[in-house]
Amino acid sequence: MRLQYPDTIRVVRVPCTGKVDIIHILRSFEKGADGVYVVGCMEGDCRFNNGNIRAKKRVALAKKILDTIGIGGERVQMFNLSSAEGPKFAQYAVEMTDKIKELGANPIKKAFKKKAA
Amino acid sequence: MIVAEKKPMEEIIEEVKGYNKILIAGCNECVTVCEAGGKKEVQVLASALRMYFMNQGKEIKIDEVTLERQCDHEYLEEIRNIIDQYDAVLSLACGVGVQFMAEKYFTTPILPGVNTCFLGATEERGFWTERCQACGQCILARTGGICPVSRCAKRLLNGPCGGSTKGKCEIDSNVDCAWQLIIDRLKALGRLEQDYEKLTPIKDWSTDRAGGPRKVVREDVRI
Repeated sequence: MRLQYPDTIRVVRVPCTGKVDIIHILRSFEKGADGVYVVGCMEGDCRFNNGNIRAKKRVALAKKILDTIGIGGERVQMFNLSSAEGPKFAQYAVEMTDKIKELGANPIKKAFKKKAA
Repeated sequence: MIVAEKKPMEEIIEEVKGYNKILIAGCNECVTVCEAGGKKEVQVLASALRMYFMNQGKEIKIDEVTLERQCDHEYLEEIRNIIDQYDAVLSLACGVGVQFMAEKYFTTPILPGVNTCFLGATEERGFWTERCQACGQCILARTGGICPVSRCAKRLLNGPCGGSTKGKCEIDSNVDCAWQLIIDRLKALGRLEQDYEKLTPIKDWSTDRAGGPRKVVREDVRI
């Protein structure tokens, strides 16, 4: 299965989405990412029991924080799939990329560009 | 431990928006355990504030530090040589830490980043409940180890009152009646006769807040 997905995505591998903390998501935006999505196993199928449920809650909190500070909570999202669903992985990558393209660049970058100009 | 809650981000932004150089100071003790003001919360808040101000086009310096405790001189001294670099400190410690830091660094505004709630226990992760009101005169020996001062809505010393229904308090059906808990425990301990049947005399509340701000002086350990 040699599937294509947008090359704008940087994959950060973690042992379980339960490892993903709010600070990891926030730092990505602080460093200029336009969007972040977390891809975890199906709910109820976590090898570590509830890692993906924890990730879901952290993503929800990250959304709330990003909304409050004006970056936009819709730039972060969680997806769930099984490890056998390669095509879905590629599909989610396309979906997320399209959504971020629609939203435009991270407003922090825009603010800085404006200042530099 | 002292249980605190994070202040809403909007309130913190309002607090700090007039300053250009801010130090966010966490505390490694109680507020770390109740996940309101430890190193992790400092990182998240600092990152969020940095992004907020960047987005506003403002260049603001926001640094992070987490002290072992903010209620002891020696740990607060650790920031003495850097404090002058900042216009304000946002302390994520409990009210004690914020005030102690403010006393020590008299000319630097010290702002609170959490709401200090109560003295309580971690029932489970993310769920804390009150256990003590620091009344200054512990009566737990007579009440089966359950505190009616902190857990009875009326602070009754000879309960329960008429509002106790099926072991729950009239203020909220999810709140246990402290006196029901006391009676159940005394029964289990076989101490109902000795402890419950004896009337508790009027409590001396002068050791509580009624006597004004309190202090403890231990001449034997003072240096």
